[in-house]
Amino acid sequence: MAPSTTPAPAASVFARSLDFRASLSRNRWNSFFSVLAGLFAVIAVIPLVLVLGYVLFMGGSLISARLLTELPPAPGLDGGGIGNAILGTIVVTLIASLIAIPVGVGGGIYLAEYSRSGWFAQFVRFGTNVLAGVPSIICGVFIYGLIVSTRVFFGQSYSAMAGGIALAVLMLPTVIKTTDEALKLVPQELRWGAIGIGASRFVTITRITLPAAFTPIATGVVLGIARAAGETAPLIFTALFSPFWPEGVFNPIATMSVLIFNFAIMPYEAQNALAWAASFVLVVMILGANLFARWVGRFTRA
Amino acid sequence: MAASESTDLFVLRRRPPQEKLVDQGFRQLAVLLASLVGLVLLGILLVVLFGSREAMARFGLGFLVISDWDPVGDTYGAFTAIYGTIVTSILALFIAVPLGVGTAIFITENLIPLRLRQLLGIMVELLAAIPSVVLGLWAIFVMEPFIRPGLELLHQTLGWMPFFSTVPQGPGMAPAILILVVMVLPIITAIARDSLQQVPPELRQAAYGVGTTRWGAILQVILPAAVSGITGGVMLALGRAMGETMAVTMIIGNSNNFSLSLLAPGNTISSMLANQFGEADGFQVSALMYAAFVLMVLTLIVNVLAQWIVRRLSLKYS
Amino acid sequence: MPSPSLTHHNSSEFCMELENVGISYGGNEAVKGVYMQIPRGKVTAFIGPSGCGKSTVLRALNRMNDLIDGCTIKGRVIFDGQDLYAPQVDPVEVRRRIGMVFQKPNPFPKSIYENIAFGARINGYRGDMDELVERSLRKAAIWDETKDKLKESGYALSGGQQQRLCIARAIAIEPEVILMDEPCSALDPISTLKIEEMMHELKKSYTIVIVTHNMQQAVRVSDMTGFFNVTPKADGDGKVGCLEEFAETETIFNAPTQQATQDYVSGRFG
Repeated sequence: MAPSTTPAPAASVFARSLDFRASLSRNRWNSFFSVLAGLFAVIAVIPLVLVLGYVLFMGGSLISARLLTELPPAPGLDGGGIGNAILGTIVVTLIASLIAIPVGVGGGIYLAEYSRSGWFAQFVRFGTNVLAGVPSIICGVFIYGLIVSTRVFFGQSYSAMAGGIALAVLMLPTVIKTTDEALKLVPQELRWGAIGIGASRFVTITRITLPAAFTPIATGVVLGIARAAGETAPLIFTALFSPFWPEGVFNPIATMSVLIFNFAIMPYEAQNALAWAASFVLVVMILGANLFARWVGRFTRA
Repeated sequence: MAASESTDLFVLRRRPPQEKLVDQGFRQLAVLLASLVGLVLLGILLVVLFGSREAMARFGLGFLVISDWDPVGDTYGAFTAIYGTIVTSILALFIAVPLGVGTAIFITENLIPLRLRQLLGIMVELLAAIPSVVLGLWAIFVMEPFIRPGLELLHQTLGWMPFFSTVPQGPGMAPAILILVVMVLPIITAIARDSLQQVPPELRQAAYGVGTTRWGAILQVILPAAVSGITGGVMLALGRAMGETMAVTMIIGNSNNFSLSLLAPGNTISSMLANQFGEADGFQVSALMYAAFVLMVLTLIVNVLAQWIVRRLSLKYS
Repeated sequence: MPSPSLTHHNSSEFCMELENVGISYGGNEAVKGVYMQIPRGKVTAFIGPSGCGKSTVLRALNRMNDLIDGCTIKGRVIFDGQDLYAPQVDPVEVRRRIGMVFQKPNPFPKSIYENIAFGARINGYRGDMDELVERSLRKAAIWDETKDKLKESGYALSGGQQQRLCIARAIAIEPEVILMDEPCSALDPISTLKIEEMMHELKKSYTIVIVTHNMQQAVRVSDMTGFFNVTPKADGDGKVGCLEEFAETETIFNAPTQQATQDYVSGRFG
């Protein structure tokens, strides 16, 4: 607590100076808290600097054409690359996007355009928030129970498809919220303008409001994809891992995130090094997407 | 009237049935897609409940208080993991809340130039974008070796307390707590910043108007006005910390032996799932599903509470 | 348009008729007991103090109130011999024949040309689009200012120009009625003058209903005037809007029959 006044009984007798006195306890407390807050802010960004530094240094030095295009070596052997994991991350993320974007944008359209305050909309909004809070590992357990253990896809258990669906469950709340909020920012007058000249809801949404909200939706979706691409927990026992090149979407598939997890805890230096390299590629991809989304967002707002 | 001479040029003035069908169909599609959220939630609950029914029938509520997890003897109790989940996340919050709120204040106040503040804000947000598994890798190879001397010192000086009674030997609860701090810090900072920015500027002016200092205004007027938003954010962060998997799994040691010591290896529900689910079969799967159910209930309670607090805040300002 | 309704048109001097119209928002009554006959090919103005429900009644004339959650209407709004609120009526078709211009200029984030062509296309326009765009912009008295920049964004225009673009957009679908909800309230006096001049031209082809806060404007542009007022509710709890008096504009401003109208037009309240 900052004590604020200095009671001075004699003050009314003498003319009081208005000069700043750093020695006053209120001014000392003020400086103390300012320095403390600054210190906290510095502590908060230290991990980012350190993690980025290590990943860029440890991983960046390993990057080569071979690393990006070859298969990982057998445990204990040197060389090789993470080509299959890069491809796998792209495949799984693509599957997740193809599911989560249409479903999420559709759900967001319902919330913002058809029923802003009905009980069903309230329920869907609440459900979206709850789903956003479900731990990502539970998404994995869910898809394991629903798809992997029941072998619904041609008798296959672990598969790229299962992993993609698990990530889609994770992305869904992000996409719905992004769409809902972006559409709510579109001025109501624009909607009236279209409806007032006889446009149907369908035409108003697809031709006027969705295009007007495109940038914020795209920004949010890109951030959602970037987050999903780095997720590991939903993939460990859905997409599993594979030391080989992807064999279609109904077979286990390697991903960079699972590769990092598996190789980080192996007692071999070559595998550890590949984990750092995969971290480098993943972090560059994700931060690139983040900075790109930010730049697009700022560019259009101005 | 003049309009009617060219009215026949507007062939859709009377809407054909197809057009109405598209309009109706689109609405119904949107309703269907929106209801998928509810279906997925229900699906998660059903799959986890269905999967855990055998373990529930055999262990009942004893599962929550027994710390014996023995796949060989096929007997399971999740107390170690539940204890680890709660202790790591709450201790992580104890460190992360002052750091996050302090950072948020520093970013919203004008102590340093705007550009620098924006840069700080972006850096904290980017920290949230780094995948958990990468933080885990960093924790194994960089952070844990770096902090181990500190933990050893802690053991030597405070070893008489049960919480520091074991010799640190690498992975354990303490490094897991630290990596959790790194993971929830961006959430707390972001939400605290939003809550602080929502406080009406008139309040600050009123405080300055009666002659308070900057920190007098922050601590006595602005923070109290933002407190329910910040509390909601802290609850969300707690939910995230309890469910956080990868970084914790990689650094906590995954030991099912119960120990009070923070320097000893431990376990959380999510790291237990990550580690064992792939190789489990038979009854162990059911026990893991039961543990997953416990985790779901824990995070659900925390998240619903968080939403309730946040909603109360928005009502207050509208 | 089918010929029977066309004959119905010409036989009746009234374009729209309101019979005991009452409108509520979520159980809260906003306007009640409105009877009105809006003449064809004339300009009808709605005036009255804030909160008297004149905009609400205007929006009821092409079912824009459908967009507001919890808004319900009682009574009948007859247009072209049909009740607009009959269950089988399609509100989208209603709005294709009764266009609307809003308080705030709201051009689409498209080019000037596309702003006009958009409405025409969704109404299935089969004629020469370039010609329609030019004709609409000319009618809205904005052709000279825009003919060289039809491909530029509608947002590049000034506020007054944007509003005229919105009027051109409404004209382009060739509706029978144009509703204007305080179209000049956000504009400067010169733009207001241009729009008023244009309305004198437009009423040769369309029936116009305009809500205005500005009594001089009502005198300048309208043939008929409806004065809306607020009265205490029967249960004494809050106020409700009603149509106090509806007559030729000259009568309303020079020899109103109601004392409230007299007080309002002479500036004694409101």
